[in-house]
Amino acid sequence: MILVELVKLARRPRSWVSIALLCGLPVLVAVFVAVTHLAPPPGQGPVLLSAVLSNGSLYPAAALAIVLPIFLPVAVAVVAGDTIAGEAGSGMLRYLLARPVGRTRLLVAKLISVIVYTMTAVVAVAVTSYVTGRLLFGVQPVPVTSTGVASSNLAAGGVATSLSGTTLTPADILVRTIGAIAFIGVSMLGVAAIALFLSTITDSSLGAALGALAALVTSQVLVTLNAAGSVNPYLPTRYWLAWVDFFRQPILWRNIDRGFAVQGVYVVVLLAAAWANFATKDITS
Amino acid sequence: MIVTHELTKRYGRVLAVDRVDLDVREGDRYGFLGPNGSGKTTVVRMLLGLVYATSGHIEVMGKPVPSRVAEVLPQIGALVEGPSCYGHLSGRANLALIDASGRARGPFGRRTRRRRIAEALDRVGLAGVDRRPVKKYSLGMRQRLGLAAALLRAPRLLVLDEPTNGLDPQGIREIRDLLAELNRAGTTVFLSSHQLGEVELLCTRVGIVDRGRLVLQEDLDELRAPTGRVVVHTPDADRAAALLDGRVEQRDRDRLVVAEADPAEVNARLVTAGLRVSEIAPERRSLEELMLSVTGSGSDRIDAPGGGPDEPHQSGPAAAEPGEPGPGEGEGTR
Repeated sequence: MILVELVKLARRPRSWVSIALLCGLPVLVAVFVAVTHLAPPPGQGPVLLSAVLSNGSLYPAAALAIVLPIFLPVAVAVVAGDTIAGEAGSGMLRYLLARPVGRTRLLVAKLISVIVYTMTAVVAVAVTSYVTGRLLFGVQPVPVTSTGVASSNLAAGGVATSLSGTTLTPADILVRTIGAIAFIGVSMLGVAAIALFLSTITDSSLGAALGALAALVTSQVLVTLNAAGSVNPYLPTRYWLAWVDFFRQPILWRNIDRGFAVQGVYVVVLLAAAWANFATKDITS
Repeated sequence: MIVTHELTKRYGRVLAVDRVDLDVREGDRYGFLGPNGSGKTTVVRMLLGLVYATSGHIEVMGKPVPSRVAEVLPQIGALVEGPSCYGHLSGRANLALIDASGRARGPFGRRTRRRRIAEALDRVGLAGVDRRPVKKYSLGMRQRLGLAAALLRAPRLLVLDEPTNGLDPQGIREIRDLLAELNRAGTTVFLSSHQLGEVELLCTRVGIVDRGRLVLQEDLDELRAPTGRVVVHTPDADRAAALLDGRVEQRDRDRLVVAEADPAEVNARLVTAGLRVSEIAPERRSLEELMLSVTGSGSDRIDAPGGGPDEPHQSGPAAAEPGEPGPGEGEGTR
């Protein structure tokens, strides 16, 4: 069943179009920056982008920062929201279950296909932007100062701007980029879990995707709200930008660990809720 | 094959299915009839384990549903509320995906898939179908594709909900012949429909639901047994009526309904008297009359609340209409 779901995912034009768009945006940004040499000053605009002009191999990280706030969550929410609700909407759900495909099996297969999509999208963005970065900005063999990453407005919590100033070897950058990819992948899994849960509730894939996005927007608003400080550490988007800490020297693990933990809890709870709902639901679509 | 006991489904305050006792025997061609919204589809969904019953028991092929439904579903081919497909894929790709879903080994595993798909497409008359995506198919083609999907695993039981929807008369005939052929080969057919003609021509046994309740379940032959009267069409209706004096129960121009069991007898009397007979046959109740006599109007008809002072003209006749033909004809033929 897992294989069948992956085949379905792969044969949907939408999967590839969305990944192409995700990869296209950083390329577009890179072209503008490379042509004008006008990078945003540190602390403004997408994270890490200011550092890219001096070293193209940081561009994957910058590219992820570009797609992370909106583009990537939207794509993941759409795909994850479509999982069960999409089958229900097209009327295939009843035929799959009557085949029979066990409800738990179907849910697991859908979850895995969403994970595969998410990781494919993140890795594709990283790889294409790496190529773009090398082509447009080149790689200085000179060790660069690891970015004085301004904690952007989203990560405005406890992490203050720290100019580490030490140098990073290419191998270092690779390892840290992989760490960042993993962290972003898990963050997106949190988004996917919300959308998947909603997908088992409604028969409208659009509704599930919008619901998940509404939850994210709410979370983003509350993160910046001092009055909501008491719930701040538990918001799903609270630690989204903590992956930037992979590019500090030494790596600042505190928020990264918390980010993993928060997403882990969201994923476990929401998937359990999705399973409980789907396994006992009357399929009337 | 299918046995339900006091099967009940309640959606909130709505009682969709009310204590239904179905009994479908192996080899039956069972027609499951009822007006729109009478609970047919809900019953079908419960049989397939898609909807969970509020109370009551279901047994399909001797196994309790839904607790062991996974054991019987591989032997069931289903078409529920119209066919569904992935519109961007071809018919064959759709069947391959459906067939690959769910565990199957042995005769219905991956190795035989291509052959089984070809056979199923051939059976439903889509053997020459090309690679165009299903979204370009006509309604009839989709219906055939849905049937092909139901036939992929040579099922022992076919559960079909309105299988001839969207087909032209030729197509309906083809599907009917196909179902009859499958039935002769041992497949039990459970056909849910509101198209009486379809059921009348195909089925051997009918169950009729009305507002969630099974109001009738009987062999079709018994239901349509002669009523003990003879219908005569004659151009000499006046003289015939005089001749058969006292036995004519109804007269409608040249059509007479005679209280006499044997049409040959009546015919002989008329012809001996020199009267012409253009048509003569024992009276049988049509399935339509039967249906109208035991069911109310479907849930898709919504009458204005009766007796409202604002619209006396509209509410009066509208409320009376659906009830009238039912009891009237029911009494007349009994």
